Amino acid sequence: MNTATKTPARNTKVMNRFDLTSRLVAKLKNEEAVVGGIGNTNFDLWAAGHRPQNFYMLGSMGLAFPIALGVALAQPKRRVFALEGDGSLLMQLGSLSTIATLAPKNLTMVVMDNGIYQITGAQPTPAAAVSDLVAIAVASGLRSSSWAADEDDFERLIDQSLASDGPTLIGVRIDDKPGTGATRRDPVHIRERFMLGLGVRQPL
Amino acid sequence: MALAEDQSSLKSASEKSWHGIVLQTLKRNEVRLVPYVPDRVLTPLIKNLHADPFFTTFPTAREEEAVGIVSGAWMGGMRGAVLMQTSGFATLANVLASLAVPYQIPVIMLVSERGTLGEFNYGQALVCRTMRPVLDSLAMEHHTVTRLDEFEFIIDRSIKQAVTTQAPVALILSPLLTGGKVFDK
Repeated sequence: MNTATKTPARNTKVMNRFDLTSRLVAKLKNEEAVVGGIGNTNFDLWAAGHRPQNFYMLGSMGLAFPIALGVALAQPKRRVFALEGDGSLLMQLGSLSTIATLAPKNLTMVVMDNGIYQITGAQPTPAAAVSDLVAIAVASGLRSSSWAADEDDFERLIDQSLASDGPTLIGVRIDDKPGTGATRRDPVHIRERFMLGLGVRQPL
Repeated sequence: MALAEDQSSLKSASEKSWHGIVLQTLKRNEVRLVPYVPDRVLTPLIKNLHADPFFTTFPTAREEEAVGIVSGAWMGGMRGAVLMQTSGFATLANVLASLAVPYQIPVIMLVSERGTLGEFNYGQALVCRTMRPVLDSLAMEHHTVTRLDEFEFIIDRSIKQAVTTQAPVALILSPLLTGGKVFDK
């Protein structure tokens, strides 16, 4: 069905967003922040288990990495992960240059790349057949950017990013499955809980 | 002695310029993070922010990226403000309506106003007319600053109100305040 991903630009194993998100969340033992991009990316983060340090976007497509950058700058001792879709990233490619320039050591970015706008009807993105998002990230100055070959490699790259002296970007090729859960769309609650989880707010 | 007096009056002159007031008021309110998309009129402010180690200031590729960054930083406990031009504000309706307003995040925006009082580019004049209707349609707090003697009061109170009411605010810096940009070449 999804021929868009069968291109030379993406020749790694086709994995599953919820499985990879669950593998990431299972590794988190130090109250790491996780910012989930619009749509399926944060639906799967929601489904992978609620954590006070998770932030779920309900709009502003493309801003998962900038929001995560802001958290990383505000809290340099906390590891920050950002999960973003390929279509979303295409909306803010310039943010890769901003992040490369600021070079926060505590930011790990994951691009979930299925080559389609799954949630709107699985239309191919303009990049699907021709562009390599990891190569774009490298050319933007994010030297620690690579495709994960398979699930084990994804976990290895996540572990490696924790010890990196700069930001890391991990591209993962994923299937065309929709998200597993559905985030409760209560923005104030999401934001307040996140701030509690980051230690910025105290419980009432 | 004469030199000291000169330096003191220079310092005082800088603090009393519109950009000196912005810098001092941001600092007094612990607003440290200042991403921007540049504008000719904002140049002295941007230069002085870079020169002051209190601030983390840097360019972004788009204004909504900067709004995303200060939103994340706010949630992480760091205050921020975004600098932009009128045409940059025109790209923000989506991020204001889907992030800053519904999540109740006090994004502080300083907008250098182009498109009025001597504009030479018709496109700038048109895009300027979209700004206040967008702000009003979201019921967002905004002020147009025209007078230097009112500026410190407006920016200081607006930052405090944004933080305490958890609501974004836009301060539109009129050419009456900044001199604006004039057609020179």
